[in-house]
Parts: sequence; structure tokens; C-alpha cells
Amino acid sequence: MAAPTVGVLALQGDVVEHVRALERSGARAVEVRTPEELASVDALVVPGGESTTVIRLLDRFGLTEPIRARVRGGMPFWGTCMGMIVAAHDVAGLDQPTLDLLDVTVRRNAFGRQVDSAEVPLPIPALGTEPFPAVFIRAPWIERTGPSVETLAERDGHGVMVRAGNVLGTSFHPELTHDDRVHGYFLGMIPATR
Amino acid sequence: MNGHATGTETVKRGLAHMLKGGVIMDVVTPEQAKIAEEAGAVAVMALERIPADIRAAGGVARMSHPALIERIMGAVTIPVMAKVRIGHIGEARQLQSLGVDYIDESEVLTPADDLYHLDKHGYTVPFVCGARDLGEALRRIAEGAAMIRSKGEAGSGNIVEAVRHMRAIRDGIAQLVSMPREELVARARDLGAPLELVREVAAHKALPVVLFCAGGVSTPADAALMMELGAEGIFVGSGIFKSTDPAAFARAIVDATTHWQDPDVVLKAHKAIPEEAKAMDGLDIRKLPEHELLATRGT
Repeated sequence: MAAPTVGVLALQGDVVEHVRALERSGARAVEVRTPEELASVDALVVPGGESTTVIRLLDRFGLTEPIRARVRGGMPFWGTCMGMIVAAHDVAGLDQPTLDLLDVTVRRNAFGRQVDSAEVPLPIPALGTEPFPAVFIRAPWIERTGPSVETLAERDGHGVMVRAGNVLGTSFHPELTHDDRVHGYFLGMIPATR
Repeated sequence: MNGHATGTETVKRGLAHMLKGGVIMDVVTPEQAKIAEEAGAVAVMALERIPADIRAAGGVARMSHPALIERIMGAVTIPVMAKVRIGHIGEARQLQSLGVDYIDESEVLTPADDLYHLDKHGYTVPFVCGARDLGEALRRIAEGAAMIRSKGEAGSGNIVEAVRHMRAIRDGIAQLVSMPREELVARARDLGAPLELVREVAAHKALPVVLFCAGGVSTPADAALMMELGAEGIFVGSGIFKSTDPAAFARAIVDATTHWQDPDVVLKAHKAIPEEAKAMDGLDIRKLPEHELLATRGT
């Protein structure tokens, strides 16, 4: 079976780290900056970065509606940190636009500023018994989940990994580690590779 | 939670990864910080004076008043950086207590220590430092810098020094990569850098931390040029708020940094700046007296 082509949104953020992790996990990874590039991928990862920056750039470069249409049409989507904020229904306490792909409310910088950023061994039952080395950087948490949303991991009582059908969100950055289990889990969400 | 670790190398270097492909803008008021955020800046550098004004004012340039930095931190949700004088342990500890997201140990301020930089390993907050070549970059990383920026010549509006420094860093890396292993010890000695780091760069063909460009960017084309030369993102100091239309320049430089590989987008970004708007005035660096050069401080 041909390897799936996974796009990594490359407007800003830690793009290369996702590309490498996806390739280690057996996918073909390409950078996505335009609607044409989006049309060529089987799945999309939105990396870590700054959500206020990327939400504006998505709009400026005509990607907001094409991404919504693809994801609502079933394309697997995974947002890490910034990517999860961008995908959320809304952002607690802020009037920040989002793509509204995942029925959750996120709180930005919920664990604190950079001095509170941390590495945490995180139990994720869906990935096995070995805790995941989760890297949280100015990370968000999930404040509210809709009925369609399954919480896959929690830190301090707050959701930090969630899934609703074809949409996955993590507060932390698996791409900054050498543990590719979350990337493997995401590739498993692409129908052709099951 | 068990095993929860803050201030690790991974989280300190990690924040710089989140800023890649983005523009970090110098701001002196909360209002400017909002203009920067609105334009798409990935972070702001909170300052009392931008480098062009520091240069004009002369005298001793110190860390900004914490109340100003705090007001800027309250005005935006993107990361806020602030500068300390080279080697100034007192200023650095204050900024860590204040909770800024990154500290720039910067040659733009008047150095507090003319021999030694900070031991940046001892802090939870990450540091960015300037470098003119690979040896300088690796010395700063050895001291604990979690991000490097090419120095350029701050407040000059002239890209030539930024180009020189970025090329020097990239050439230094390329030389290490092509060298036989037995030459690395002597090369480390010549660079004045730890052998461990020299070997790491040779193996990975890159610095172990994120590399941005600083010091002289004032147009969208400048930003695209520096990305082409290997910068992973851009600091703009005086280039935005010393232009006559900061919002337009800020947005155009962000767009050009994102799409630096596509000249049509960079062109469109530049055309979106009104023709009557003026970029900052530039300085001919060859005409600056030696004692006014900032890049030669703290090497």
C-alpha cells in the first residue's frame, strides 16, 4: 500500500520537526502553504507555533475555508498546541477567531508562561502503559468538551489530548521528542493506512 | 505530577522552535505591542527605546523598567521578550522573577561585564544571544543560550552586517560538515568553541538551537533575503516603528517571512505598503566610528 501523504501547515512554527517525525513513522510528509498544496494531501497536521499569527495568515492566504471544507469532509486533522487552539470551537476569555473543527473550548497559556513550561511523563492509555514524554510549552488545556469529543489524556485534571472522529488535538509537542507513538496513532486515523 | 520538570533544555529550546518562520518585533509601548500582534508578530521585544533611539541617545543603555515590560505582557497574548545587559546577573534575575518568556542578553544595551556572559544554564527562563560567526554562536550555546540570532548592526537600517554574520555562521557550519573528523579538534580550538558542540554541529549539519536573524531588517525583501540565507525567523528592531507606517511595514514583513520562497507573494506584500510610506532611514556602517558599533560588544 502506498504511504499516505500528510501535509504539515507551514505558515509558521515547528514544521520540520513534524515532517521528520511523520517520515520516521512511514508517511510521505509535505509542507502546505497554499490551497493547491492542501488539495494534494490525505491528512493535515497543524504544528506548534503562535495561534494569533497563524489564524491571521490562514485568512490572508486563503486557507481558512479550504481547510474547513476538507476536515468537515472527513480529512484527518491533528493540531499540536497552536494547532489545537486554531481548531477549537472557541478560546476561553479571548475574542480570538478559530477554525471551529473540534467542539472544545481551549484556554491558552493555561499552565502559565514560559517559566512554567515543562516536560511531564503523561499516561495515555490509548498508546499503551508506558507514559508519554509530553513537552508542554506555554500550553493550552481543554476547558470544555462537546458530546462528540473523547478525552484521551489529562494533566492536573484538564484535558490535554482529545479526539472527535477525524480530528485530534494535543496540548503538548510529540514532534519535539523521539517518541513517535502519537504520530503513529494519527497515521492510524487515515483510512487507507488502517 | 511526578517527574514534572521545568526549565529543561527541551522546553527552553522548544519555545524558539514555536517561533520559527515568524517575526519578533521591538516595541516600546503596549499600543505598539498590539499593532505588532495584529500584524502577525510571533513575539514582541519589550523595550524603553528601540535600537535606533538608543544609538542616537548614547550614554548607558540598561534593562527597561519592569513596569513597562509588565504592561506590555498584559497587553498581548504572544510571548514577550526583554533585554538585559551582557553579563548582568541582577537584571536577568529580575526578568526571570517578572516572568518574561525569553531574555535577550544583548549587545544593544551597554555591557555590564566586559569579559563574561551570563551562565544561562542556571535559569528557568530561556535566553537568546547574538553572534557574528559560528565560534561566537557556539560559545553562547555552551553558556546555555537556547536560541541564537545573528547580530547584524542594530538600529542601522542597513542589512549588510546581518548578511555578513548570517553567511559567516552558515559557512562555518558548512566547513565543519565537510571536514574530516580528525580536523575537528583543531577547528574547535580555532573557533574558540567546545569540541562537543563542534562535533554535534558537524553531525547534524545545523546549530543545536534555532537561528534567527537580527540587526538591519527594514523591508519585506530584507526579510526574504535573510530567510534565503538560512535564517529560521526574523527580529525587526527599528525597522517597523521607525518607518512612517508601522502597521503596513509590520504586516508586509510578516507576509514576506512566511512566503520568502515565493517572490510573487513578497512582491505583493511590498506593494501593499503605501508608496508614500517611508522605510526607516539607514546608516552607512563604514562611516560609523568603531566605538559606535554594537556588534563588536560581547564576543
